[in-house]
Amino acid sequence: MTVMEAAVKNSVPGIAAECGGACACATCHVYVDEAWREKTGSPEQMEEDMLDFAFDVRSESRLSCQIKVTDALDGLVVRIPEKQI
Amino acid sequence: MSETVIKTDAIIIGAGPVGLFAVFELGLVDIKAHVIDILDRPGGQCTELYPEKPIYDIPGLTIVTGQELTDKLMAQIKPFDAEFHFNQRVETLERLDRGFGVTTDAGTKIEGKIVVIAAGGGSFTPKRPPLPGIENYEGTSVFYSVRKMENFRGRDVLIVGGGDSALDWTLNLQPVAKSITLLHRRAEFRAAPASVQKMLTLVESGDVSFKLGQVTELHGEDGQLRSVTVKGSDGTTFEQPTEIMMPFFGLTMKLGPVADWGIQLNENLIPVDTEKFETSEKGIFAIGDINTYPGKLKLILSGFHETALMAQQAHKYVYPDKKLIFQYTTSSSSLQKKLGVK
Repeated sequence: MTVMEAAVKNSVPGIAAECGGACACATCHVYVDEAWREKTGSPEQMEEDMLDFAFDVRSESRLSCQIKVTDALDGLVVRIPEKQI
Repeated sequence: MSETVIKTDAIIIGAGPVGLFAVFELGLVDIKAHVIDILDRPGGQCTELYPEKPIYDIPGLTIVTGQELTDKLMAQIKPFDAEFHFNQRVETLERLDRGFGVTTDAGTKIEGKIVVIAAGGGSFTPKRPPLPGIENYEGTSVFYSVRKMENFRGRDVLIVGGGDSALDWTLNLQPVAKSITLLHRRAEFRAAPASVQKMLTLVESGDVSFKLGQVTELHGEDGQLRSVTVKGSDGTTFEQPTEIMMPFFGLTMKLGPVADWGIQLNENLIPVDTEKFETSEKGIFAIGDINTYPGKLKLILSGFHETALMAQQAHKYVYPDKKLIFQYTTSSSSLQKKLGVK
């Protein structure tokens, strides 16, 4: 399960996930809370490239389809860009 | 624009996997098709979004990529000689005495006895940056594509993005425009390395200006852009004067003109029955991701099933006097003849 899948399953607005998790559309863009950045890690090359198609990209930007939910991420806080909703 | 009207049996809207397989199923029952797609090649989402990604749930194919599946479907439908109209979006659909007429944004006119909407998530359109008031500048100062290079002659152009479209238009418009500024959020580009190299050479010679940052505000009046506010990579902002902005942030799917064709919709999907996959309008079918019915799953394999049943009903409209006899491709010599294997 990825953060994107969890969001879609729970109808969280702002996570369109148009490509269904293929890291191909940047419509599941989130900001990872500062406290969690180390645990979620940084984007790989493909994700960094795809973030070019997102808006208001920041250093804490990730595509939520590329964050796999693990026990270590229990309590994870991510925020959705305001203009994405 | 040509005034010639193409006449055919079936007009298929969408060249994704389901639209392509519709050519096959219709072909088996002697229905000729023309296929229209907004993209420049077949495959729809499969080739646009995930050409290299493996798909695991196509029956009989343990693993296949979006591109491979598209190539295989194109080979499979070859005997039926469908005609493709790429880079075009169907704008209007009208009812004729016997059948339908469609017109695309490129002026292509096609008349068919039936229409098959296999438009998936809708038509791919450029993503609009969420900048307040951007819609007031679209078509006058903000452009997502270049129809005529001449319109850019002698103008100050700001190109935003780091992919192939952004780089291609930086290179193509540079000799024409008065000035070209390329703005991107980082110094790495996902565009083809050769284009990046050419761009960097132009930056070195002073013919292209490259800046790091993201646009946050637009300034101008009456649809005429004067400048944009850019947030630099260091967090500080600056004003970038420009007459034209071209944002390249990829494509998104929009239902588009389908909504205006008088077909009943349900939250941007087209309700169909599960016997014929026909819409609220007789003779207009909807198959694949764009339709909805109880239990619908947006799977390619479901779309394939839908094409076969749709073709049964389509035959009744195209050949009202002929009875359709159910046949298998394994044993029917007439089907094998159509497939060119006998």
